[in-house]
Amino acid sequence: MVAANSSQSISVTLRVWRQTGPFQPGRFVDYPARDLNPNMSFLEMLDVVNDGLTVAGDEPIAFAHDCREGICGTCSLTINGKPHGPGQGIATCQTYVRSFKDGDIIVVEPFRARAFPLVRDLVTDRSAFDKIQQAGGFISVRTGAAPDANSIPVPKPDAELAMDAAACIGCGACVAACKNSSAMLFVAAKVSQFGLLPQGQAERDRRVLAMVSTMDGLGFGNCTNQYECSAACPKLISHDFIARLNRDYLTASLRQAFTPAPAGADGGAG
Amino acid sequence: MATLDSKIPSGPLADKWRKHKTEIKLVNPANKRKYEIIVVGAGLAGASAAATLAELGYRVKNFVFHDSPRRAHSIAAQGGINAAKNYQNDGDSVYRLFYDTIKGGDYRAREANVHRLAEVSVNIIDQCVAQGVPFAREYGGLLANRSFGGAQVSRTFYARGQTGQQLLLGAYSALSRMVGAGGVELHTNSEMLDLVVVGGHAKGIIVRDLITGEITRHAADAVILATGGYGNVFNLSTYARQSNATAIWRAYKRGACFANPCFTQIHPTCIPVSGDYQSKLTLMSESLRNDGRIWVPKNKEDRRKDPNSIPEADRDYYLERMYPSFGNLAPRDIASRAAKRVCDEGRGAGESGLGVYLDFSDAIRRLGEAGVRERYGNLFDIYHEITAESGYRTPMRIYPAVHYTMGGLWVDYNLMSNLPGLFVLGEANFSDHGANRLGASALMQGLADGYFVVPYTVGDYLASQKPGSRPSPDAPEFREAATAVTGQTAHFLGINGREPVSHFHKRLGKIMWDGCGMARTAATLQKALAEIPPLREEFWASVKVPGSADTLNQSLEQAGRVGDFLELGELMCRDALTREESCGGHFREEHQYPDGECKRDDEHFAHVAAWEYQGAGQTPRRNIEPLQYEFVKMSVRNYK
Ligand SMILES: Cc1cc2nc3c(=O)[nH]c(=O)nc-3n(C[C@H](O)[C@H](O)[C@H](O)COP(=O)(O)OP(=O)(O)OC[C@H]3O[C@@H](n4cnc5c(N)ncnc54)[C@H](O)[C@@H]3O)c2cc1C
Ligand code: FES
Repeated sequence: MVAANSSQSISVTLRVWRQTGPFQPGRFVDYPARDLNPNMSFLEMLDVVNDGLTVAGDEPIAFAHDCREGICGTCSLTINGKPHGPGQGIATCQTYVRSFKDGDIIVVEPFRARAFPLVRDLVTDRSAFDKIQQAGGFISVRTGAAPDANSIPVPKPDAELAMDAAACIGCGACVAACKNSSAMLFVAAKVSQFGLLPQGQAERDRRVLAMVSTMDGLGFGNCTNQYECSAACPKLISHDFIARLNRDYLTASLRQAFTPAPAGADGGAG
Repeated sequence: MATLDSKIPSGPLADKWRKHKTEIKLVNPANKRKYEIIVVGAGLAGASAAATLAELGYRVKNFVFHDSPRRAHSIAAQGGINAAKNYQNDGDSVYRLFYDTIKGGDYRAREANVHRLAEVSVNIIDQCVAQGVPFAREYGGLLANRSFGGAQVSRTFYARGQTGQQLLLGAYSALSRMVGAGGVELHTNSEMLDLVVVGGHAKGIIVRDLITGEITRHAADAVILATGGYGNVFNLSTYARQSNATAIWRAYKRGACFANPCFTQIHPTCIPVSGDYQSKLTLMSESLRNDGRIWVPKNKEDRRKDPNSIPEADRDYYLERMYPSFGNLAPRDIASRAAKRVCDEGRGAGESGLGVYLDFSDAIRRLGEAGVRERYGNLFDIYHEITAESGYRTPMRIYPAVHYTMGGLWVDYNLMSNLPGLFVLGEANFSDHGANRLGASALMQGLADGYFVVPYTVGDYLASQKPGSRPSPDAPEFREAATAVTGQTAHFLGINGREPVSHFHKRLGKIMWDGCGMARTAATLQKALAEIPPLREEFWASVKVPGSADTLNQSLEQAGRVGDFLELGELMCRDALTREESCGGHFREEHQYPDGECKRDDEHFAHVAAWEYQGAGQTPRRNIEPLQYEFVKMSVRNYK
């Protein structure tokens, strides 16, 4: 029952990364968080600490959040060294105080990665993900030009697997968890979703080549198959998709190397 | 005084949209790239509009306060999207979806708009499938459907419990494609803080860069707001924490009418409040009502007992009892009020007594735990994370929470507000859901507006504006608006008061929930109207906003939004007090039938109330757009 243990409040110390801007030095600062209801969420605890800081005349801790239910991908804290904290398959906002013990010292840091420059305190700039998406993470279909939705049946297992990949919330935990700051899991999820569906076939090669080359250009590292990414992923997206991405990438590269370039795109217009 | 011309095309209902499309003015392809369109918001409505307009050749600037368009609140929608495909062969049709929506909205929506919505619903599903949205499928590979409240057919398409996410990512991919192609200039971390009106037309916006604090002016030939709903006026709601009313509220203060602000939806199936630190309420998708049965104990004494120990004979499946033909699928407003009623009788579950059981034991017997997990697994996971309880073992506890706002800026059939050049899409407008929205219809409306309506109708306005005639962002109207925005920021930082912003938001939320929530009376509304102005004064005198103007400053962002809520809340109460009837989500206790159902007053209130700002401290003017029902007979809603 929710209320059953709510009487046993706990107190912890938050050791929080503070940094006023990308070019200022950062440091850890300790903040006490007292008499917490275990059913409070981690972010609600930060709200309370921030209100206290505000009233005391200090600047509150900047942290990113929005939906607070694990779907928007905004929240992004590394808690005790783990992106999104101690839980498995959940985002920071789905972490509850009940996961900690009275007297704990909890270290709270931003998602750290070269391609995610720090903005302030616990907030980073993850726009690199959008750039990868813009390079090819789509099926080019003009509005209004689509055939009837049931005209192409999709085998249920393919649709289900595509959905497993599509569940990615774009939070960047995979990058933060990887010692090389690789974005392979993120890219693999998108490439696999489209690659598994008949609608995604026409641009399959172009997509994977464009997304991978953009990813490389943005300062993400290489994948060395440690799979820390899947372990940290709030949606537990499987690293099997990375193998799928590698296959797709190889096939596309080979095809590109051995296919003569088509004649000029405007050639036939008459 | 504002003119409210709904511009509904003449002719038979089913021909109106087709006819209108052939009659409205077009912009020729070569001219399209001479027009610049600002789209604020990249939820379902904004992203679909921005992408489609760019595909057509317009130059689009898209602004979002989020750090990525993919984070818009639409991402959180769980249950599904309606469309009149009739793939189940169960008798669905465009007319039936139209009729269900009109009836569900308690006859307070425009017939013509709703019929168009039902017509284009079928195109939405085609579009999304072509984009690679992985909807649920049957073993034969065709699309699967489920049913939702207020409907007796299965017309809801879904992608597990993450339908909004998948539809938004579809629209986001279309938007990303156009950003990559140079058709859309994307501005993230950019909050619109004012609308600029030049010569009576909306021609631009003022924006604050949330990272650097820079204030910029942007001019365009037309401005589209797709900025979502305003339910966070209640503080606790199922909305994302950052959802706010600032864009539409500031447009209202520049002359756009605000329609039916009191029409808010309380969703019946949310996880109950657990403490005063609470920052949001989590929705459990209403699709759960397909297979879950809702009950409370028959006897008050049983309410603290382990629900599994309460025998069948001592349970009151009150929705099935009161509404035998719709049962647990009664529309949201009805299901919410029924929950309030049984809890008010003292039969509510849990510590606070504010909860009812949602029980899956029958479904588990029928489908097996794996079957239930396949349909609703992620919802059960959410429930478990929040409450540390398993919905497979013990019935879940749920309670109604604020979820959606049917009210919004007034728009005509073209989705243009009374301010020419200002278009409003998605939850930010008032157009299609009347006094109550049916489940799975908001996603449909957002995408209908963005993909299939505004791309046509914006042309009708632009054709009347000479290419290249848009004002310069250096025009005095832009400078004046930017100065006012900078002034407000400086003011907030200078107050140096005692209480954080959240303090005022919580107090406002409580006033709104008590006075203008699930059930309202003249007395509760008058009380709220007496309490809000002093709270607002206190806010402006003693809020504490730390930090500076030229950095990321989340307290400053919140202060602006809560400042607007403190004004909007008052308008909502005023609207609710004036509307002396009950309809849909607007339940005035004074106006009900003996069985507790809404008692409408079609003679006096079959209209849209569109409020017009008259200046600070002045009573706003209440304009009226009469609702003419030509095709459907207004009748008492009956779900029994
Ligand atoms: C938990 C939950 C579940 C739901 N489930 C369903 C469902 O199953 N089916 C259904 O049909 N509906 C559902 N709904 C309702 C539906 O999700 C919303 O009504 C709909 O997604 C709103 O879309 P929108 O595009 O209008 O706005 P939003 O998605 O809210 O987008 C608003 C956009 O505007 C931007 N913005 C806002 N203000 C500004 C500003 N001042 N400056 C710059 N940018 C700004 C934001 O950055 C964002 O991009 C659900 C809602 C909730 C809360
Ligand atoms: S705040 Fe949205 S995923 Fe955590």
